Amino acid sequence: MSISTPQTWEEFTEGIWRQNPVFVMVLGMCPVLAVSVSAINALSMGLATLFVLVCSCGLVSLLRHTIPREVRIAVYIVIIATFVTAVDYAIQAISLALYEALGAFIQLIVVNCIILGRAEAHAAKNPPLPAMINAAGMGVGFSIGLFALGAVREILGAGTLFGIGLFGAGFQPWVIMVLPPGGFFVLGAWLLVFAGWARRRKSGEVTQHV
Amino acid sequence: MSESAFQIFVNTLLANNLVLAMFLGLCPFLGVSGKLDTAFPMGLATTFVMLVASLCAYGLNLLLSAFHLEFLRLISYIVIIASAVQLVEMVLKKYSPALFRALGIYLPLITTNCAVLGVALFQTSREYNFIQSVVFAVGGGAGFTLALVLMASVRERLQLSNVPELALGTALSLMLAGILSLSFMGFAGLGG
Amino acid sequence: MSEQSSTDKKVIPIAVAAPQAAAPESPTGPMIRTLGLVSAICGLIIVGAYQGTYDAVAENKRIATERAVFRVVPAAKSIAEFVAAPDGGVAKVGAGETALVPGGVKFFAAYDGAGKLAGIAAEGVGKGYADNVRIMFGYQPDCQCVVGIGVVAMRETPGIGDKIITDKAFLANFTALDVKLKADLSALANEVRAVKHGSKAEPWQVDAIAGATITSRAVSRAINDTAQALLPRLVPKLETLGNAS
Repeated sequence: MSISTPQTWEEFTEGIWRQNPVFVMVLGMCPVLAVSVSAINALSMGLATLFVLVCSCGLVSLLRHTIPREVRIAVYIVIIATFVTAVDYAIQAISLALYEALGAFIQLIVVNCIILGRAEAHAAKNPPLPAMINAAGMGVGFSIGLFALGAVREILGAGTLFGIGLFGAGFQPWVIMVLPPGGFFVLGAWLLVFAGWARRRKSGEVTQHV
Repeated sequence: MSESAFQIFVNTLLANNLVLAMFLGLCPFLGVSGKLDTAFPMGLATTFVMLVASLCAYGLNLLLSAFHLEFLRLISYIVIIASAVQLVEMVLKKYSPALFRALGIYLPLITTNCAVLGVALFQTSREYNFIQSVVFAVGGGAGFTLALVLMASVRERLQLSNVPELALGTALSLMLAGILSLSFMGFAGLGG
Repeated sequence: MSEQSSTDKKVIPIAVAAPQAAAPESPTGPMIRTLGLVSAICGLIIVGAYQGTYDAVAENKRIATERAVFRVVPAAKSIAEFVAAPDGGVAKVGAGETALVPGGVKFFAAYDGAGKLAGIAAEGVGKGYADNVRIMFGYQPDCQCVVGIGVVAMRETPGIGDKIITDKAFLANFTALDVKLKADLSALANEVRAVKHGSKAEPWQVDAIAGATITSRAVSRAINDTAQALLPRLVPKLETLGNAS
């Protein structure tokens, strides 16, 4: 099971830029918008999802030869739900305040399309190590997307980052940013920015080679 | 909890709309809301699954609490939901094949619809009784359908408009959703 | 869906209901065996996680509850958990037990340094703007009034609804909020209600925060609901709470 290093690195970075779950594939949106009212909440959710992604894909990959095709989706869901339950209790044990802040969305990780999609598309067809590396990349990309959203919403909507005030007492927070509409607007804005970057890179590539 | 059934229904339909205020069910909301003819049946199918899931979740919760097995709650909920979706698929395939084909891949995706699981989880955490749970599920489904239909109508209109190419697609839908969400905030306190 | 980047592989989970015609059906025996294996593994993981974190979670909850009670009953040095059952009985909940009496109302008896009863604390839930608002309020049997509140959990709008934590005028409502019982001890003499900002006239009314009526109403409703359910059962049995064990 020896993987060449460049290939492993590409497996990992695939989920960060080219197939970023938040900005490119636009999957798993529910927790992204609900939880990203502050940078710390967003990061915690990202880490929780990363953990579930890596563990589920690892287990699915280990069992990939024995899972019957007809019931594979049900089995994947059960495996994902198992790790989500574990993460749920782990967060309660670490910090009740964080648990209250994230609320029901921890348990909603189980219906995050990214995890099921990765399990079905990748983990079921690859050995454990590449599967987990790819899953880790996706998880990191997801966390980056979440953090970008959470940071902007917190800075604009509360004037703080990680709870540390940035603008001093005279700052009038743009409260709508930490409310539901703000979530939609900020994500839409990020998608525009990302599309613009992607287009500029593509036109840059086309003029550069071939 | 002293919320009346009417309050719960109105709140979940409007002020605490599952999609526009609680961010549940966004994948189908952004995906299926391109055309009005698919949006409405999708909403109805989801409402039905929500109702079944809510009833089963209520019963399951009683059972699990009696045996102190709360840690199995998430797994049992999601398995029940997956089964309910299977059921709806089989029924639709038999009695309305055209609709079945129109909904296509999005029907099995109801399983991973955060809104369905969200309804079950929220009714458990708010400790609603039986009537409250049913009303919550119906209100939630109705709110989801409402948001979907609104979005589809606007998007259909926009197809004939001059939108900058960079914004086409999901970015546009999100901005639209933000405006819809903003307007729904005006319903706050309606349910009393 | 999105027209961005048509080269993207959009991953869509394929449902179980659409098997490809060419592949043979898996035999039932091995299928059941595998499902059993998966269930066993998952069961082990879940139970392992639950047991492994049980102590830490219980400790976290205990610390949070204690902190909340000490905030609303300042003289408290120790607490004991009780349940007021629908039939009127008041029973102590031992450490580690769960108070699962259907229709029962949980409350905490707070004892001061000398072991005497310093006050009662109970949780209330009210529907706020975004989600439920959970508060803990302190009750003094001597004056039959609420003496303070603390917010346990809320998801209200920052800068508007969350003023219930910081607004001094609002919190002053709860330093002596009247929750006297009727003569026959069946219910509160006067319902605890939120009134428009500036129009508070009676000691059982709550002056709402201007611009945050919904959240203010949630707090008053939380206190009212719990008080209506708890106090008629509790007040006749106050002596049985005794001293700190």
